[in-house]
Amino acid sequence: MPSIRIPTPLRSYVGGQNEVHVQGLTVAQALDSLTSQHPSLRPHLFSDAGELRAFVNLFLDESNVKDLQGLATPLSEADRLTLIPSIAGG
Amino acid sequence: MLPELSHHEILRYSRHLLIPEVGLDGQRKLKAASVLVIGTGGLGSPVALYLAAAGVGHIGLVDYDVVDSSNLQRQVIHGTAGVGQLKVDSARQRMLDLNPGIEVTVYNEPFTSDNAMRIARDYDILIDGTDNFPTRYLTNDVCVMLGKPNVYGSIYRFDGQVSVFDASRGPCYRCLFPEPPPPGLVPSCAEGGVLGVLPGTIGTLQATEALKLILGIGEPLIGKLMLYNALDMSFEFVRLKKNPHCKVCSAQPEITELIDYEAFCGVPGHDHEEGSAGKEWDITAPELAQRLKQGNHLRLLDVREPHELEISHLEGAQLIPLGQLAARLSELDSAEEIVLFCKGGTRSARALELLASAGFRKVKNLKGGINAWAREVDPSLPVY
Repeated sequence: MPSIRIPTPLRSYVGGQNEVHVQGLTVAQALDSLTSQHPSLRPHLFSDAGELRAFVNLFLDESNVKDLQGLATPLSEADRLTLIPSIAGG
Repeated sequence: MLPELSHHEILRYSRHLLIPEVGLDGQRKLKAASVLVIGTGGLGSPVALYLAAAGVGHIGLVDYDVVDSSNLQRQVIHGTAGVGQLKVDSARQRMLDLNPGIEVTVYNEPFTSDNAMRIARDYDILIDGTDNFPTRYLTNDVCVMLGKPNVYGSIYRFDGQVSVFDASRGPCYRCLFPEPPPPGLVPSCAEGGVLGVLPGTIGTLQATEALKLILGIGEPLIGKLMLYNALDMSFEFVRLKKNPHCKVCSAQPEITELIDYEAFCGVPGHDHEEGSAGKEWDITAPELAQRLKQGNHLRLLDVREPHELEISHLEGAQLIPLGQLAARLSELDSAEEIVLFCKGGTRSARALELLASAGFRKVKNLKGGINAWAREVDPSLPVY
């Protein structure tokens, strides 16, 4: 089962977990699985029109999925996605 | 021509001179170098201290703030005696105590589109140690336009990020984050808090990258982003690519001069807590105390997190954390007069916008939050 690593700013929306196991054969399905398990996370990742927000970066291993096949990027069972938040503290 | 080192300097930097990758020539490069540190807070503190100690010849500091005692949990360049002093002066004093042989230029002003080019022009490297999105986009664009590397670091609670954005050799900050998150989605450190040692970890990594760039050694974090999580004690790296459509660093950039970054991000260029809602929504702490004393029926709604109640609370207030408010509107009665509050007024201002857009009309925001109540009405409560 693929997993998605959740950064601190978003952990309160997934019950404090640092990683959530998801189902799906593509990045889109994995995100769908994530947000149906944790609906309050949805507005943080997707716009009202249902598009992935421009400041949300999702990496598969070392690569930004935008540089792969975007939401259609295929996933295997052992894959781990990492959500990279935009943070500004200093 | 690199400057010579005096005997005194040779002794001071002897541990550097012993490393073949630095040596006499490297130390002379450090002496000839100039670095501008934007922000002398959590990140700027270790950056400025280590660059000063390393003998970077000219260091510029930009900050307009004064030292507050709530800074000292992480901003280790400042001390208790410096509370109330300008941060740039407090930092400069400490740096020159550490190393009187360097030059420290201070800019006691916010870094803005009006002064950024003038200030940054004379420096080789910029270090982004700011605490807000507008100044981060500004720092990035200045670096792209002036062709200088931007040593980036950013923190939140237990998470940190580090990279070197050098548009001439790799991606810039905008390639990764083309747009800022909408206002309010990502809490600042003043609202969300930060582990005090976290900026120490991230800032020292930024200082390391700056020294490597000056010395021309090792592999700089260009085209890579380091992600640190203190709870997991994980350091991860991802690869960043230049965005061929980047608005500022692509071949045909859309942005060719500095813009209004506060308007672009929709938030002010600082991390102070203050209510953003209009004044007509505000109620001051003394006004609220007066209304309560008169026996007015008011619903006090605390939108902070549950763990903050242990620090201070108002008698009779109902708690609904901001993050849960949208889902719990049914617990509120729009016919009742509601006074919202948080720590300093920022979260309650957002709660007010949320309630107003849901049709609530009789809502007020306690100006300055429970901290203002503690200062102006009930000094038995602590300010935090």
